[in-house]
Amino acid sequence: MHRSLGDFLTDLFQNAVEAGATLIRIEVRQDRSRLHLVVTDNGKGMTPEELRRAQDPFYTDGRKHPERKVGLGLPLVIQTLEGTLGEFAMESRPGEGTKVSTVFNLEHWDTPPMGDWSAVFTQVMAWPGSHDVELVRAWGEGKDHAYQVSRQELREAVGSFEDVEALLLLKEYFRSQESMEDGK
Amino acid sequence: MTLQELRAMREAGKKAMERRIVEDKTIEIVVGMGTCGIAAGAKETLDAFIDELASKEIKNAVIKQTGCMGFCHSEPTVAIHMNGMPDIIYGNVNAETARQIVHSHILEKRLVDKHVFDRPAKDIVKEN
Repeated sequence: MHRSLGDFLTDLFQNAVEAGATLIRIEVRQDRSRLHLVVTDNGKGMTPEELRRAQDPFYTDGRKHPERKVGLGLPLVIQTLEGTLGEFAMESRPGEGTKVSTVFNLEHWDTPPMGDWSAVFTQVMAWPGSHDVELVRAWGEGKDHAYQVSRQELREAVGSFEDVEALLLLKEYFRSQESMEDGK
Repeated sequence: MTLQELRAMREAGKKAMERRIVEDKTIEIVVGMGTCGIAAGAKETLDAFIDELASKEIKNAVIKQTGCMGFCHSEPTVAIHMNGMPDIIYGNVNAETARQIVHSHILEKRLVDKHVFDRPAKDIVKEN
């Protein structure tokens, strides 16, 4: 089971990359009792049948690991949401992309802790590939505490995402953005 | 911090960075970040490597992320490639072990025996 809500984002994000997306939009919005986590990609998408099967832990298309009989990414998200009175929705169209929408119930005893979003966003942005990522982060219903940044902008600012110094700077950048929450 | 400020900080270190770019990045650290790795705490492992390499001022290393390496039972798994050492896959690498790998494997060129999950055959190790 994943240890923090950020782990779920990492997992959903990787699905989008593996779907061949060139643009992935991540929305992380939270208020006092809910965390909305939405990942939208323009990857290969799924048919209704594939969409149904992707939610089954004992199904995998066998392409990534031919010997495996399980695919646990989405089922873990769904299991956690079902057990904590959260919400899950997924829509997909072949050739157009996929949108996964989750709402985590922050007041439920069994909802994992939030985790370190600065580290999560750093990892997500540094994940190898030529795709772009658009991150939208907001607290509360209004736009008072929000920021938005793309992978391309960050790459232009720090250069290689594999360099230790660049990774530290990225984390520092996200830490400073995340600290806006403290001022709310 | 704004993007402009981030860029400025990066620019400030650019001279040093340019010097490093012409040097070979001789150490490659690859952290498995599949569903299995994430569930086992690979996020903390990756974070520990970033912080430890920075604190030890190890400049010739790159850190990469990859999906499941196929060793779900020993996550988090980390592969290390560097000159003068055999290619090693370490298993069950938490943040503490990540720091130990930086200290022993990378700086002292000593294997962290308890976590060696896979490595080339002994005769290949001897050749190195």
